[in-house]
Amino acid sequence: MSSNEARDDLRRVVRGLLERRSTEADVRRLSEDPAGYDRDLWSVMADQLGLQAMAIPEAHGGAGFGYEDLCVVFEEMGRALLPSPFFATVALAANVLQHSGDEVACTRYLPEIATGGLVATLALGEQDGGWDASAVRMRAEPAGAGWTLSGVKRFVPAAHVADLLLVVAHTADGLSLFAVEPGAAGCTVEVELTLDLTRPLSRVVLDRVPAVLIGRSGQAWDGVRRALRLAAVALAAEQVGGAQRVLEMTVAYAKVRHQFGRPIGSFQAVKHKLADMLVAIESARSAAQDAARAAAEDDPEFELAASVAKAVCSDTCTRAAATAIQLHGGIGFTWEHPVQLYYKRAKSSEFLLGTPGHHRGLVGRAIGI
Amino acid sequence: MSEIDLVRAGIEGLLRDHPPATTARREFLAAQYDAGLAWVHFPVGLGGLGVAPQLQREVVVRLAEAGAPDGAATNRLGYAMGAPTLVAWGERVQQERYLRPLFVGDERWCQLFSEPGAGSDLAGLTTRAVRDGDDWIVDGQKVWSSMATISDVGMLVVRTDPELPKHQGLTYFLLDMRSPGVDVRPLRQMTGEAEFNEVYLTGVRVPDAARIGAPGAGWKVAMTTLMEERVLFNRQRDEKGPAELALELYHRRERDAELRTRMIELWVRARVQRLNTVRAAANRTAGIPGPEGSIGKLVYAELNQDALELCLDLLGDESLLYDSYEPVAYTEAALAAQGESDLRRRFLRSRAQTIEGGTSEIMRTILADRVLGLPPEPRGDKHLPFSRIPRG
Repeated sequence: MSSNEARDDLRRVVRGLLERRSTEADVRRLSEDPAGYDRDLWSVMADQLGLQAMAIPEAHGGAGFGYEDLCVVFEEMGRALLPSPFFATVALAANVLQHSGDEVACTRYLPEIATGGLVATLALGEQDGGWDASAVRMRAEPAGAGWTLSGVKRFVPAAHVADLLLVVAHTADGLSLFAVEPGAAGCTVEVELTLDLTRPLSRVVLDRVPAVLIGRSGQAWDGVRRALRLAAVALAAEQVGGAQRVLEMTVAYAKVRHQFGRPIGSFQAVKHKLADMLVAIESARSAAQDAARAAAEDDPEFELAASVAKAVCSDTCTRAAATAIQLHGGIGFTWEHPVQLYYKRAKSSEFLLGTPGHHRGLVGRAIGI
Repeated sequence: MSEIDLVRAGIEGLLRDHPPATTARREFLAAQYDAGLAWVHFPVGLGGLGVAPQLQREVVVRLAEAGAPDGAATNRLGYAMGAPTLVAWGERVQQERYLRPLFVGDERWCQLFSEPGAGSDLAGLTTRAVRDGDDWIVDGQKVWSSMATISDVGMLVVRTDPELPKHQGLTYFLLDMRSPGVDVRPLRQMTGEAEFNEVYLTGVRVPDAARIGAPGAGWKVAMTTLMEERVLFNRQRDEKGPAELALELYHRRERDAELRTRMIELWVRARVQRLNTVRAAANRTAGIPGPEGSIGKLVYAELNQDALELCLDLLGDESLLYDSYEPVAYTEAALAAQGESDLRRRFLRSRAQTIEGGTSEIMRTILADRVLGLPPEPRGDKHLPFSRIPRG
């Protein structure tokens, strides 16, 4: 896959599936469901469309498509507000594994992720949150031939349904990556009440839990950082999809809602807000597509492009959803209207993987200021 | 042969037969036109090869590397706006009459659209043309015509039937700027110089053969020119972008948290604007840009204003001064120097960017109506005969 036509086909197929299987009613039902996702849909995504396998290399049981193709899938998932451990498994865990330099771990876990047989996630931040190396204070203790981990990880997406936790902790050599089974003795996963009910986050309490080192001790950070940037690009694509959907929703409403004997979309004050939304979304799309391209081509400027995309798409998606609420008026503030779901997803996604301010700071460093 | 190979072969043949180092400017440009490399997407025989418009970039980049003259540089309005309009709407005989002289530099073009009473509401223009045998007699006043003092051909929109609704009574002509009755007066602007002109037209005789499109079709023809203009305004010039200039200035200053935040935000906006331009060009497969061109125009104008304002803030107290308020008129030399002009002058000049070529407010309305499909604002003037619309 790579041609624009093939990518359009992929978009059509994924959109078609999610329009049937991730309706607003589904999203609302799942946001009150303990698992928080549709296991049957997860299987359809894996078995019929091969979405979990898309960007995993063929050598590890994947389809070996480029990152740009995967980002089309994330854009559609953002559009449909899909509640799913797909982001945690594919954008976080699979990327972390692929950049861990650990062939054994890749061979063990990636084929299982590719078939949809494994839900996995990354546990990084701790009490104070944060999405960079400074967020990690947890220390791994050597225990015989292996290691144990103790401490608390927070804001871990999909941990409550994960079969595998990838945990970042210090050893004497520096930051290291560990595999932990959530069912192991001493591991407690507590789902938190989240602002965005469509993306459950957990507090993971580890008390001398056995852990398997992935990659070399003290050598984890470069790979984890790379994976976090790749995940940020996927999240940016998701944000573009969500923003585009609220724009369409709001344009449709502005055409039918009448006040003062006219559709509200005929008032310049409303038109100009929507035009600004369009411009911002098209700009965000440019940034997201460029970052996906940079990921696919292993561009030396990839990390910069990823930070630009995460900053711009985060801001755009939140502003778009906020403007959408404003232009819907009172109905937009109600629980019944879907725009609030997008607003909550947007604001939460701003924080995940680093705020726009954090990423602008990284851009600043990259351009030497 | 694929389109790109056709273009590349043309370029190499042109450079081989007419080495830029030893070929006179006009001669090189004439050969470029005859090789179909003036506008590659134009028809064969009219300076083109009938291939995709994106391939022009191949020509621009390769010829610039080879040190060839740039036919567009001193005649941007003709090259980027006039020529596509002529190809879309002109008769073959008109295309043959105008395109080659335009490209080789024999005839420079200017635009005669805006009037004192018709800015954003261009279709409200009142310059009249009355049929007289094989000619039309034109009376009225145009304004904001850049390069009119040094131009040979004016893209002119006039009212030919005031009893029709405003958009239906307009007609498009190419005016010989040397015709008797054309009076060009430089218009001094806030930067001090006179980049634009007022053009007074008194009893000017224009042959019917210089009419582009049918009588009454002037609005549609003018729209082609304006869509191209928005793309032109969005195009990154060769000069350093103000965001890069701001970054250079930033490096020379002490660190300051507020300026650092603004600098990074601006740098990111500038990068995204460039990415927008690249993506828009890749998506543009048809010859004539659509209303999405307004996105680039809008973003570029507001970005430049903010960037130049940041430049002044980074310059500090030097921004209290100015280089010269001499009321110079625009000449070719002044045009060439424009890129390096003083930052404070560019800062003042940038205020025009959200006005010229369609104000940012009009751009937003176009995006809302034509791209998003929102219902138009109710208006009282659209269907009335023009003569019955209140003015003033």
